[in-house]
Amino acid sequence: MKTLLATAITASLLAIPAYAESVKIGFVTTLTTGAAAIGEDMKNSVELAVEHLGGKAGDMDIEVIFEDDAFAPESGKQVTDKLVKQDDVDFVAGYIWSHVLLASRKSVLDADKFLISTNAGPSQIAGKLCDKNFFSTSWQNDQTPMAMGEVLNKMGVKSLYVMAPNYAAGKDMTAGVERTFEGEIVGKDLTKWGADAQLDFSAELAKAKASDADGLFVFYPGAAGGAFIKQYDQAGLKDTLPLYSVFTVDAISLPKLQEAGLESVLGSQFTQEWDPTLDNEANKKFVEGYKEAYGHYPSYYGAQSYDAIMLIASAVEKAGGVDDKDALRAALEEADFDSVRGDFKFGTNHLPVQDFYLREAVKDEDGVWTTKVVDTVYEDHVDSFASECSMD
Amino acid sequence: MDTSLFIIQLLNGIQLGLLLFLVASGLTLVFGILDFVNLAHGALYMVGAFICASLTYATGSFILAVIIALPLTAAVGFVIERLVARPLYARNHLDQVLATFGLILVLDTAAHLIWGPQGMAVPLPEFLQGQISLSGGLVLPTFRLVIIFTGLAAAGGLFWLVNYTRLGMLIRAGASNRTMVSALGINIQLLFSLVFALGAALAGLAGMLIAPITEASIGMGNSIIITAFVVIIVGGIGSMKGAFLAALMIGLIDTLGRSYLDEIFSLVMSPVAAENSAPAISAMLIYIIMAAVLAFRPQGLFPPKVR
Repeated sequence: MKTLLATAITASLLAIPAYAESVKIGFVTTLTTGAAAIGEDMKNSVELAVEHLGGKAGDMDIEVIFEDDAFAPESGKQVTDKLVKQDDVDFVAGYIWSHVLLASRKSVLDADKFLISTNAGPSQIAGKLCDKNFFSTSWQNDQTPMAMGEVLNKMGVKSLYVMAPNYAAGKDMTAGVERTFEGEIVGKDLTKWGADAQLDFSAELAKAKASDADGLFVFYPGAAGGAFIKQYDQAGLKDTLPLYSVFTVDAISLPKLQEAGLESVLGSQFTQEWDPTLDNEANKKFVEGYKEAYGHYPSYYGAQSYDAIMLIASAVEKAGGVDDKDALRAALEEADFDSVRGDFKFGTNHLPVQDFYLREAVKDEDGVWTTKVVDTVYEDHVDSFASECSMD
Repeated sequence: MDTSLFIIQLLNGIQLGLLLFLVASGLTLVFGILDFVNLAHGALYMVGAFICASLTYATGSFILAVIIALPLTAAVGFVIERLVARPLYARNHLDQVLATFGLILVLDTAAHLIWGPQGMAVPLPEFLQGQISLSGGLVLPTFRLVIIFTGLAAAGGLFWLVNYTRLGMLIRAGASNRTMVSALGINIQLLFSLVFALGAALAGLAGMLIAPITEASIGMGNSIIITAFVVIIVGGIGSMKGAFLAALMIGLIDTLGRSYLDEIFSLVMSPVAAENSAPAISAMLIYIIMAAVLAFRPQGLFPPKVR
């Protein structure tokens, strides 16, 4: 009897893959708290990608399960565990926040599933903690501020006051600008971050002003970015302490700055690996489709998420399913899909090797505040931690 | 040390303290008089900010929006008292904490449905947008001064209300012995509703004042409510004077900690260690103060006289 039961169970277990005709993607992002606007942008882009693919990756249906990390590492890990154990997904993608990704990575990789970051790029995961099943469609945190540092050198900025949130990415961002910036860092503030992040920067702005630096470098993603720009503007620092930023002025903060009428943000410059004006077919389809469906510009968060779904779909199609992990990994490494960035290729640590652009906040022909590319800062840039990565 | 920077940081600290007082005063009133733990008090701060943001766009004037939004937020508080708080007065504090935590989720989700996930910026009129030069080369954003004056005016008004009016007398009487007050023929239910609505309006006002600086966003109340609880614990639960002094103290400690802790630390440790530890310690500072108060003076620094 026992044997019969065991056989029946084994048979039913074996039978499951035969029925599984869908590729399951767990997508972790922030859908509550003040950072929900970013999560919304990513979710919209994922849904748009699935729609553009006709809901299919090869012969398989794409099924996406969205989970909310509530802007906290512990909840991020919790929902990741749920996706891996309960939903038994094939891929876990998403992650806005570096500290959330670092807390969650082990749950995915230990279960021998694929992990695809569509934003967070902590230095650890690009170097010592790299993994054969980890891929990124974004960047390593240090790269964008490194590009900004180069721009500042070219502009002749001699001294800089630096501000960023106090978490994994904030530390990477300040390290990034310090790596390439040749002038002096005269002061640095790391502010409280998370669901109860500090959004009132009065004390820090007063310090920055008193420091007499040539410029102020900040990294404030999401809602914090809009709040920062407003207070910078209210403090009247535009003429005495020019603002240089990364991940702060974007499609998330610009609409709200336009609402509040903060004209001073127009003309400000920052670096990024993507822009809605990049001239390629995939990007046009993405940006136009996004604007039509959601009524505003997508952000790089969305672009990276869109690319991740396209990457997954291309690999699943090439590998003929999700059962052969090695074939699937090889197909992911080839990255044979039409990226919104134009060419797309992975480096040895499975992070993209890509261009970084200098962007500027401008009005488009309809008067909507957006960004455009003014210069290319880096071509085919490899992050600084790739050499520390060994996949074996 | 740079004195003008120090004075600016003092003003920044006072501004933060006054905002905290607006939230903490309602919390301490409701806790002291109604004996009701309202975790959702911060959600009223958010509701105030969102209502004010919507009205700013509808009327085109921030000041008009604040004037209309105050009674509306009070009305939201009034309704919440009737529907949620009242059935819970007889229950223990844990039940109240659970129910009002649920209320936070409900109000956050309601705000998500009504105003969307992205939050709302609140534009300021031109004359509040700029900076004011004070004597001695001090330059402060105009709106920060407006917050300081509004906060002081609200604190003064509250002081007058509680100490010199009949309603204030009833509030104080209700705080010391509510059975006796109702035995004397006072409609204690209505008094409670009014206190709750007043607390809501004060928290809402704080939300309206912060919205042009940050924005109206979902969950914005959840960070300030924790600090507001720290304030009323340090000040002494139920004490208005305690809430005021503790709010200023917490505001100043937090701001000055963020401003000077790295410099102080670098006197005794390497600059790199100071740079790394200062942000962590300054984020903890107010909780360290609270822990010390709980250990050495559990009733708070300025407990109400009659309890």
